[in-house]
Amino acid sequence: MTSAALALGDDALILSHRLGEWAGHAPALEEEVALANIALDLLGQARVLLSMVGDEDELAFLREERAFRNLQLVEQPNGDFAHTIARQLYFSGFQELLYERLAAGDGPFRPLAGKAVKEVAYHRDHAEHWTLRLGDGTAESHARMQRGLAELWRFTGEMFQPVEGLDLDWAGLESVWLERVTEVVERATLTLPEGPRTGAWTAGAGRQGLHTEPFGRMLAEMQHLYRSHPGATW
Amino acid sequence: MTNRDWPLWEVFVRSRRGLSHVHAGSLHAPDAALALRNARDLYTRRQEGVSVWVVPSAQITASSPDERDPFFEPAADKAYRHPTFYDLPDGVKGL
Amino acid sequence: MTATIGEAAAEQDIFDGAIAADERIEPRDWMPDAYRATLVRQIAQHAHSEIIGMQPESNWITRAPSLRRKAILMAKVQDEAGHGLYLYSAAETLGVRRDELLDKLHAGRQKYSSIFNYPTLTWADVGAIGWLVDGAAIMNQVPLCRCSYGPYARAMVRICKEESFHQRQGYELLLTLSRGTPEQHAMAQDAVNRWWWPSMMMFGPPDDESTHSAQSMAWKIKRHSNDELRQRFVDASAPQAEILGLTLPDPDIRWNEERGHYDSGPIDWTEFWDVLAGNGPCNDQRLTQRREAHENGAWVREAAASYAAKHAAGRGEAAV
Repeated sequence: MTSAALALGDDALILSHRLGEWAGHAPALEEEVALANIALDLLGQARVLLSMVGDEDELAFLREERAFRNLQLVEQPNGDFAHTIARQLYFSGFQELLYERLAAGDGPFRPLAGKAVKEVAYHRDHAEHWTLRLGDGTAESHARMQRGLAELWRFTGEMFQPVEGLDLDWAGLESVWLERVTEVVERATLTLPEGPRTGAWTAGAGRQGLHTEPFGRMLAEMQHLYRSHPGATW
Repeated sequence: MTNRDWPLWEVFVRSRRGLSHVHAGSLHAPDAALALRNARDLYTRRQEGVSVWVVPSAQITASSPDERDPFFEPAADKAYRHPTFYDLPDGVKGL
Repeated sequence: MTATIGEAAAEQDIFDGAIAADERIEPRDWMPDAYRATLVRQIAQHAHSEIIGMQPESNWITRAPSLRRKAILMAKVQDEAGHGLYLYSAAETLGVRRDELLDKLHAGRQKYSSIFNYPTLTWADVGAIGWLVDGAAIMNQVPLCRCSYGPYARAMVRICKEESFHQRQGYELLLTLSRGTPEQHAMAQDAVNRWWWPSMMMFGPPDDESTHSAQSMAWKIKRHSNDELRQRFVDASAPQAEILGLTLPDPDIRWNEERGHYDSGPIDWTEFWDVLAGNGPCNDQRLTQRREAHENGAWVREAAASYAAKHAAGRGEAAV
C-alpha cells in the first residue's frame, strides 16, 4: 500500500502545487476561482493519501527529489493556459478512471476514492470544456491547444504503468482513457498527437523516482522554508 | 463590446431542497455552460447551494421604478386579501 | 429620458426620503449623479483592492510550510478573487462594465488600497496581513453591510461572513509563530513591526483632512468617520497583541481610563501620501503583474467568446 499511496498522493500534491502557481495570473477572474478549487481538491486528496503512510508534512517537505513517486506529467511547468488545460485533460481523465475503479474495489483506497471521484469528475469536465473552447475558438487558441497536447503527449504513457499494490487492469484503463481523450480532442477540432507516448527515459520513470529538471527547482521552492527551521511547528 | 468581453449572467441559488432559487449575484462567462460552472465555483464554494440557475442579464425584463406607483400601490388598500383582516370568535378551531 | 426641473426635484425628494428613512437605494431607482459616481469610485476601488490584494499573499502559496497552511492560504486567496467578483458585480448594477473598470485599474486611473503596495518578505507576513490588514478591513467593512446602496450592502454581507475566517487564520498563524522557536517568534514580531503602521493608515486620512467623508456620511454610504474606525481598531488590536505575546511598534499605546479607549501615537502621513502617489515598494510590481495576467489572458477570453458565438444556438442545460 505504501508505494501506491505515495504514487497517488504525490500526483495530487505536485499537480496541486503547479495549479497553485496560477494564483494571481489566471486569464479571467472567474478562472482564478476555478483553478483554485481544483488545486484545493487535489491538495485535500494528497493530505489523506500521504497521511496513510506517514506524517504528511515530513513526506512533502523532507523527501529528496528521487523519493517522489509522482508522474512526470504533473510536475511539468504550467506553460500557457492551453498547456495547463492539456495537462488537466490528460491527467483528470486518468485520475477519474483510476478512482472509479478504486471506489468500486474493497482495498484501502476505497473511502478516499469514493469521495475524490466526484471532485475529479468535475476537474475532467472543466478540462473538457476548455479543450473545446480553445480548440474550436480562434486560430491562435487552436494552435496553442494543439501544441499543448503535443508537448505533453510523451508523458501520458507513464500513467498506465502498473503501480505496486494496485491490482487493476491497466491496459483496459488505458484503452478507455484513449477513447475518451480522442473523442474530446476530435470534437474540439484538434488532432490527437502522433508519436510515442513514452520514451526510453520516460517510461514509468516518475514512479521510480526519476524526474525532469524543472521538478528539482519546484521542490527547492516548496521545501525551503520548512527545511530552514528543523523541528519547528507551523 | 469587443470580442474578448464576456457577457454578464445573473446567478440564482437554491440553498437547500424545499426552498426557491434566490438571486445571489452576477458573473461573466462566455456561454451558458461555463456560466453555470463559474457560478458553482463562485457562489457555492461554502456549500451554499444544491442547485444553480444562470440567466443572461440582458434577458431579464424588470419593472421600472417609474411604474412603481401604478404597479404596486393598488395592492396596498386590499387588506381583505390577508387572513388577519378577519375577526373570528375565540375558540373557533381549524381556521 | 429627460425630466423637467419639477420632476427632478420630485425624484430628489424621493431619494432623500429613502435615505432619511434608512431604506436601500436599488439599481434602477433615480439617484443623484454624484451619489452614483461616488459609489462607482468606492466599489471599484474596493474590488480592485481584493484583486491586487491576492498578490502579496499568493507570493507565499508555493512556499507555505505545511500542507494545512497551504490549503488555508489557497482558499483565502481564492476568496479574495471571489470578493473582487462580488464587488465588480455590485458596481455593474450602476451602469459601468467590469472591463471598463479593469482598464482603468490597469491604466492607473483608479486606485486600490495602498496597503498592498507593501511586500510580503517572510511567512509571518501572511499572518500579519490576516490579523492586521484583514482586521482593519473588517472594521471598515462591517458598517458597509448597512450601506444605503442595496447591491453593495448585500455584497458586503457575503464578504464579511467570509472575512472573519481570514482574520482568525492570520491570528492563529502568528500565535503559532510567537509560541514557536525563537526564530519564529522574531519573524512574527518583525512582521507586526512592518505591518502595524500601514494598517493604521488603511482607515484613511484624519477626519479633518478627508475629502470625501462628509458627503458619504450624509448619503449613508459611510457610517463612521475614519478616526472613529481607527480608534476601534486600536482598541481591538492592543489586547489581542498582548495575548499573542507580541508588541505593537508604538510606544504611545496605553489604556486611557478617562476616555475608555487606548491612546496611540501620531501617524507619519508623509509615508501614506508617498505610497498613494505611487512610490511604495511594490506599486509598479503589483500593477505590472495584474496587467500581464490580463494581457496574457486576452487570447483565452477571445477564444471562449469566439466559441460561444459559433455555438450560440441550443447550448446550455435545462433549468428547474
